[in-house]
Amino acid sequence: MKALRTVATIVLMLEVPAILLGGQARSVATKVHKTVAANVKTQLPVMPRYRFENFTTANGLPDDHVFNVLVDGDRIWAATENGLGVYEGGKWKSYNTKDGLAHRAVLSLALDKRTGDVWAGTMGGLSRISGGRIDTFTQLNSGLSNDVVYGVSVEGEHVWVATAAGACMLDLRTNQWTLYNERNTPMFEIWVYGVSATPSKVYYAVWGSGLLEYDQQKKTWDKYDDPDGETEMVLFKDQGLIHEITTSVSYVEKDKIVWVATYFGDSRYDGRRWHNFLTKDSGLPSNFTNVVKGVDGNRAWFGTDKGLAYYDGVNWAVYRPSLSTGKPEMTVRDKSGNVTPVEVSTAPAHNYVLGIDFQGSDIWVATAKGLSHGIHQQ
Amino acid sequence: MRVHRPSSVFAGALSTVAAGIAMWGLFFLYSWCGRTAQASATSGLSGERLEYVSPIELLLSHDGSRLYVLCQQSDEVRVLDARTYKEMKRIDVGRVPRGFSLSPSGDRLYVANSWDDTVSVIDTKTLEVIATWPVTAEPSSVIGDREGKYLFVANRISNNVAVLDAKTGAEEKRLAAGRGASYITPSADGRKLYVTHVYPNPAPHRTAPQSEITVIDTQRAVVIERIALPYIAHGFHVAFSADGRLGAAAGLHPRNLVPLAHLEHGGAFTDTLTLFGPDIGEAVEIPLDELERYSVRPFGIAISTDKSKIFVSCGGSEEVIVIDVARLLHYLRENSGSHADDLSASANYVVGRIPVGHDPRGVLLTRDGAKLLVANRLEDTIGIIDTRTNKLASTIPLAGPKRLSVLRKGEQTFYTARYSFQGQIGCANCHIDSTFDGLQWDLEPDGFGRDVVDNRPIEGVKDTEPYKWNGGNPNLPTECGPRTEKFFWRAENYDDLTLTDLVLYVRSLPARPNRWRLPAGAMTAAQERGKVLFDRSVDKFHNPIPESNRCGFCHSGSKGTNQKSFDVGTRRGTDNSGLLDTPQLTNIAITGPYLHDGSANSLEQIWTIFNPEDKHGRTNDLTKDELNDLIEYLRTR
Repeated sequence: MKALRTVATIVLMLEVPAILLGGQARSVATKVHKTVAANVKTQLPVMPRYRFENFTTANGLPDDHVFNVLVDGDRIWAATENGLGVYEGGKWKSYNTKDGLAHRAVLSLALDKRTGDVWAGTMGGLSRISGGRIDTFTQLNSGLSNDVVYGVSVEGEHVWVATAAGACMLDLRTNQWTLYNERNTPMFEIWVYGVSATPSKVYYAVWGSGLLEYDQQKKTWDKYDDPDGETEMVLFKDQGLIHEITTSVSYVEKDKIVWVATYFGDSRYDGRRWHNFLTKDSGLPSNFTNVVKGVDGNRAWFGTDKGLAYYDGVNWAVYRPSLSTGKPEMTVRDKSGNVTPVEVSTAPAHNYVLGIDFQGSDIWVATAKGLSHGIHQQ
Repeated sequence: MRVHRPSSVFAGALSTVAAGIAMWGLFFLYSWCGRTAQASATSGLSGERLEYVSPIELLLSHDGSRLYVLCQQSDEVRVLDARTYKEMKRIDVGRVPRGFSLSPSGDRLYVANSWDDTVSVIDTKTLEVIATWPVTAEPSSVIGDREGKYLFVANRISNNVAVLDAKTGAEEKRLAAGRGASYITPSADGRKLYVTHVYPNPAPHRTAPQSEITVIDTQRAVVIERIALPYIAHGFHVAFSADGRLGAAAGLHPRNLVPLAHLEHGGAFTDTLTLFGPDIGEAVEIPLDELERYSVRPFGIAISTDKSKIFVSCGGSEEVIVIDVARLLHYLRENSGSHADDLSASANYVVGRIPVGHDPRGVLLTRDGAKLLVANRLEDTIGIIDTRTNKLASTIPLAGPKRLSVLRKGEQTFYTARYSFQGQIGCANCHIDSTFDGLQWDLEPDGFGRDVVDNRPIEGVKDTEPYKWNGGNPNLPTECGPRTEKFFWRAENYDDLTLTDLVLYVRSLPARPNRWRLPAGAMTAAQERGKVLFDRSVDKFHNPIPESNRCGFCHSGSKGTNQKSFDVGTRRGTDNSGLLDTPQLTNIAITGPYLHDGSANSLEQIWTIFNPEDKHGRTNDLTKDELNDLIEYLRTR
């Protein structure tokens, strides 16, 4: 045990400089350090600030319960519990089952950047919205593995899908569906929650079965698990995935970094080393994380049940309505663990964050009670 | 149809075989009907496959000096002097070319070869093919953007528009189009492309068919709009006025939701144009038919430069109709909405009906607008219409056989509407380009509201008798002859030789190349797994599957039918019987919807929804992966 702790300590020591290698993270860290050296007082790390504009049914959103959000140029797509909303030119338009949508509850969204088609995973199948037409794929009318589609990601000619009964891939060139499940991959649970597809790798977050990796060139699968295998404990921190119950994955291909969210903390993996994030030793506002979105190898956004969090490689910022008063709140946690409140007048619509996407320097946030547009300030 | 050149050994052998088939067909037909041939069997006896040209589309070079003629059956582009119509050159292209266009600079001619899935690139200076680019599947038209960056190819089978690099031919992406994407027309400013489709989009069972015009932004190469074409099952060409304010799309509006009890008043189809654009406002559908004169299967459209006239070629009625645009717009101002049901409408704007040759297709206005050229596909001629008088001025024959073979006569019979009551419909109305229509019809002989049936494809139909879903027609002469005359044409017009020609043509129809098969009979892993399931005799619980409940028993042989009838548990309350003829599997991947009444929109639904008792093969023991494998194999049939 002592030996293991020693190894863990070494890994952790190696990990911190590795995380700091990214440009912005390094400059921020340096700036803080110089400031501390020059002044006695610690200067607050510079973290992004936003003015949040929130959308609800009161101003046109199809439903307040927003599972996901997708930025498509000037258009914003909102996956809600009662239809798919698209915000364009200051107005909301809704699609629902009467328009051909597979199901009213839309869980996931993906954009085919080549064609402009939007793919929507729902509780009743997968829909493609193309030029205003909706085509729907279900487990009855197509090769889709299951109608409950938690995640979808488009890469090239392939649509990668995460469902409640395994993963699958639609080849748009041949219209062939390929199913991935316990029979042909290392997953031993088939409740697949999230997917992130890139030209080199496809990652699946499998609820209860860790992280699944598909190598696009080698056509092989690999699997990453929680090394302690324990649901309640973290015995081997930074030695592997933080937990088996994964909920979201985001692969930053240019930096070859995969970010993983679980209901018991989050992880970052660079191909050799893991770094885990828990509330007790990071700025993560909650270990219960619904979504993670990597910006690059060092920076990522986390949507938790207790607010939206940003990690710049060193420091953390949390944006939310105060858990006690409900008033807008932003806090910054520096590398020493000092948490400083920042005065703000707006916050995301709700603490329970389910989806995140970026529009330039702005951020869009899907929450359990509304959709938020974070307009970048400064 | 592949041309078999007379100089080749292969051609000679095929001609012999074809002649044999023809002779057999004649013998069989005469034996069957007990009639006496009324005319001397001149060319009808030969059955030979002659090298016809079958012009289908026309183009003028940018300087107006050359006329390019796309020849579907001879697999070539013919280059004529646009003034004298003298042939300058023949350029061999791929199999069954269906569409072509010039590059913005006019230095390249692109040809979509529908049967070998390629685009031929022709240098218009040397008139040589300089490149052949692979595309998929069944490319039917090709056009470039104004900047010369992209080439757009409409793929009929894969239901999409491929976007190619115009310089290299490399495919960059495919845009989802409608079903049967076939014809692409640029807007007047070239910024948008309008794509029409020969098959209806998938729709809930027994609902009105609907197609679309897919609108593509050429600079971004994305779909930006889909103009709905309600009630239109089959769309053909689009044309725009020079000012871009008036668009017109030719289409077929079937009456397949009501029993096909008569032809009076357009009881089976209305031939229409859908008009759109700023001159029109919301798109409207106008009929081209009159109560006793029908403009069957409108195909090609041209709008005069001054926007005074619209010309429409009508393949089935073998004419070009002329629409007075001013009168049309006046009518639409006075009568809002769509008018497809009102056959008195067209008298207000159709001002001319000009008889031309067999199966007129592509039309082309000369630069001065004085002449309209028409490609008479099944006559190997080009009709020249004087647009001032609206009369046929001359007909230019293209070099080729002058005699009519049995197959050619049969093809003419298949495509003409002249044999039906008032000349309203022809075989090709429901068998688009000799295939299928994706629709379900309620035919009279089974009783109104009874036995609604999906229209089965006819490619490779030879030796799959009996015909009809109930197996009631023992052979093609019955299917194509009295049954068709009585319940479709509502007229007794075929003589014995005409019926023989028609039957032999239908028997000659080959299956289109299967796009799911790998070369040399190889299979993907999924296809191999699927084949094992198709052929299996024991289920996953080690129980034997009765012979009659194995896929490979009923769907046996090269065409996938043992030609017997079975009850596969799909009988509906409106069906007279559950016994159904086993359909062939030829190109099953593209011929949906499925089952006898078209109730399954996809192959998957046959087994996920319509096979609860395992009567349509033992399948309920399969996992989803395995069902997917089975379907991957079926797609190779």
